Amino acid sequence: MRPVAPLEDDDNPCRPRHYKPTLAAPSDGDTRVNRSLELSRNRLMVTAGAFLLAFGIISLRLADVTLLKTPDPEVAHLGQPVVAKPAHFSRGDIVDRNGVVLATTLESSSLFANPRTIAEPAKLAKQLARILPGAKESDLYAKLASDKSFVWLQRRLTPAQEHQVNLLGVPGLDFQREERRIYPQGSLAAHVVGYSDLDGKGLAGIERSFDAALGQSTEPLKLSVDIRLQAILKEEIQKQIDAFTAVGGTGIIMDIKTGEVLSLISLPDFDPNDLNTVVPETIFNRATLGVYEMGSVFKIFNTALALENKTATLSKMYDISKPITIGRFTIHDDEPIHHAIPVAQIFAVSSNIGSVHMVQELSPEIQKDFLGRLGLLRPAQIEIPEIGSPQVPNPWREINSWTIAFGHGLSVSPVQLAVAASAVADGGILKPATLIKRPAGFQPPGQRVLSPRTAELMRELFRYDVTDGTGKKAEVPGYLVGAKTGTAEKIGAHGGYMHHGNLSSLISFFPMSDPQYMVYVIIDEPHGDRNNKAQASYGFTTGAWTAGPAVQRIIARMAPLLGLKPIEETPEIHRALTVDIPGMGPKVAAN
Amino acid sequence: MSIARTDQSVIGRWWWTVDRWTVLAIGVLCGFGGLLILAASPAVAERIGADSFYFVRHQMLIMPLALGIMFFISLQSPRTIRRVAMLGLALTVVLLCMTFVMGTEIKGARRWVSLGGLSIQPSEFVKPFFAIVCAWLFAQQKNPHVRIPGNAIAIGLYVLTVGLLLKQPDLGQAVVVSTIWFTQFYLAGLPIILVFGLGLAGAGGLVGAYFLLPHVTSRIDRFLDPQAGDTYQVTRSMEAFANGGLWGRGPGEGTVKEYLPDAHADFVFAVAGEELGLIICLVIVAVFAFIVLRGFARLFHENNLYVVLGGTGLLVQFGLQAVINMSSTLRMIPTKGMTLPFLSYGGSSLIALGLGMGMLLAFTRRRYGTGELV
Repeated sequence: MRPVAPLEDDDNPCRPRHYKPTLAAPSDGDTRVNRSLELSRNRLMVTAGAFLLAFGIISLRLADVTLLKTPDPEVAHLGQPVVAKPAHFSRGDIVDRNGVVLATTLESSSLFANPRTIAEPAKLAKQLARILPGAKESDLYAKLASDKSFVWLQRRLTPAQEHQVNLLGVPGLDFQREERRIYPQGSLAAHVVGYSDLDGKGLAGIERSFDAALGQSTEPLKLSVDIRLQAILKEEIQKQIDAFTAVGGTGIIMDIKTGEVLSLISLPDFDPNDLNTVVPETIFNRATLGVYEMGSVFKIFNTALALENKTATLSKMYDISKPITIGRFTIHDDEPIHHAIPVAQIFAVSSNIGSVHMVQELSPEIQKDFLGRLGLLRPAQIEIPEIGSPQVPNPWREINSWTIAFGHGLSVSPVQLAVAASAVADGGILKPATLIKRPAGFQPPGQRVLSPRTAELMRELFRYDVTDGTGKKAEVPGYLVGAKTGTAEKIGAHGGYMHHGNLSSLISFFPMSDPQYMVYVIIDEPHGDRNNKAQASYGFTTGAWTAGPAVQRIIARMAPLLGLKPIEETPEIHRALTVDIPGMGPKVAAN
Repeated sequence: MSIARTDQSVIGRWWWTVDRWTVLAIGVLCGFGGLLILAASPAVAERIGADSFYFVRHQMLIMPLALGIMFFISLQSPRTIRRVAMLGLALTVVLLCMTFVMGTEIKGARRWVSLGGLSIQPSEFVKPFFAIVCAWLFAQQKNPHVRIPGNAIAIGLYVLTVGLLLKQPDLGQAVVVSTIWFTQFYLAGLPIILVFGLGLAGAGGLVGAYFLLPHVTSRIDRFLDPQAGDTYQVTRSMEAFANGGLWGRGPGEGTVKEYLPDAHADFVFAVAGEELGLIICLVIVAVFAFIVLRGFARLFHENNLYVVLGGTGLLVQFGLQAVINMSSTLRMIPTKGMTLPFLSYGGSSLIALGLGMGMLLAFTRRRYGTGELV
């Protein structure tokens, strides 16, 4: 065997591993090379360990993000079949005081298509046009043949229509479940309940002001209104509007003990189920949003003010023979009386001259303060957003004070007037009006605005107006109705009063022995026609002749409905309600 | 395949001496790569308005070419490879310089150079060549029979290469080249005090990059505080893994590719996570780890320092790219533009990987008695 010489480094660097050159003494070079190889092997282990660690950590991290991470809910159903959200009837119902449903939410389906996947748009359009009577075939074809990937075909299908569309079995059509707000009573409570948009967002009335609450609660919201009284009020006002070819009308029935509005009507009205046909005139809420010069009904407040301030008594005489002239204005009465009459009669015949004389004895500040306390100078407080701001004269001069005495120069909304007049009729305590049903036995917070004595005198005056004054038309035997009429000349489009555009109203309370209810009717721009039998007013368009008969019929219908028995007018009651003016028999002129 | 042990043809000798397990592992990666390019790239191609199978066709054309290069290179001796690497390194350094004069700017960096109608990315090619040349230089320093200042030249080469990469700027490739170089230097017997010194210098360099390179600042800020800026890709990527779960949604059934601009390239692992699931992702990680660790094991028994250092450099390059890519996708480190070897789309990357792995296979071949010299 040939002795093995020490290998040169680069002699055979690829020598087999089993080949051990230790047979000979290692050279210096060998030792150095082996030593550096040894070191590099150790350090190779360290490097390999580092990589093993890195891959291990990556594996753990993989498991972490894949399995232990709760997936983002939005991402979780990426790539999964789309699951339709279960229909949720989240918006609460609105019901009347007896639980009759005024607004509820039902499920409905809307049809949409992905036109890109529709193979035969012409055929499909024809089929769909047969199922959906509201859609035109040409429109459907245009949508189905478009290059979009999403088109609405028809919102809110009936279940039967949905079934028929499903029977077509055409891919590319799909339904979107939607909630639909339904108003079963239609227009009957439209201005109170209001309406909501397609997405269930309240846009008007209770629907809007209670939007958040209705969206959160499934409990029905109980309103104070009584749908039966809504029907009566609407029918009777509508009758007068038709008879007098008036532009509109409004009415309020209120429980004056609790402040609950039992009925609120504004005509013309609208159907909240069909907002496509709605025009601004019908949506306008005359009872709360409209502000008007109310005319002679303001004499309620003028008389109460004079009595309260003791500048007048029921029997104090005022000379009303001469019209009052101030600047270029002349204040006169429609039916002039050429002598002095007492306060009670000024109220009953509704004398403008007398009212001005009464307020002349008081300062404008006192008048303004009193009307302010009655809530006539600030927007009404009631639970719908459609609230009109009163138009208050500024500055409040003597001339304003005089015209306001008979109801001109200050515009308020009917609901403001109803609340203020109810305070006068019901013991002098002002109670807020509400559209939400009060619990039984609820005592509303009240604010005294008149002394009990003045309030008692005012009750006599209300009754006196019906027995011997302008309010005769409102009398319903057995219910001791008290009232005040009002006929205001409306301001025309060009300013200045319209001589044939009246706002004719009558506000009544019953029974006057202990007033429970207020019925207030306003007819807007009635047109008189002597030959029209339905009017039965000899051409008059005053509150007494237009609103009066409506109030009479409303009371006659609602009193039995509310369980009020006719009251026998005992001598005691009669005496208590009779205006006591020595030596005067009331002389009445219809105003 | 049946090749007799006595087969002395080129193929026969290759088959019996090559590391067949590593070849198999690379084949597995290529298989996953093909599957993922089919799944992920049509969505990306459609989004950019290209033909659905544009990326698929491109990748399917490049992949056999890369594998062919890998096979051809793996036939060569370590010495030939050294020569090829030296030439290649010189060429790629020139190309790197050319990116500054005639490069195309893509996403704020000049990394591409057009050569005879082919658009290539020199920074991908520089890595394997650099690893081989530095390995030889470090080995020469230890060779008692030659007087070549290997370390000094390696340091100079390193400064030049990293300088060019940072100029592009391509911090990711600079980090990979630095790690290759550092690991080789470490294996070649760098005194432990200098190991720590260089480690600190590397950390300092990263901090410096944070302050000097605006896009690095923004990347790291967004990583540290996701609220600070747009983390769209990474967020989507995390959602993809969560969406995939244990078994995935099935190939082609994922959705992340609809949202991720780089779903077929740097974020292909997220597509794998969503469509193939955790199990297959762990398999992919295991295959990468297998290739790296098996390579190290083969080198452990190697007696030639040049071969050890060269193989280590190539494995560090390969493994580090995988680690950086997967860590970015899993939001473990700031987002770094880095391809996942054999899985991501990218022509230059794939060819360079074919070269690199071919060199590795050549180094890990058994060479007893073949007379092959280094």
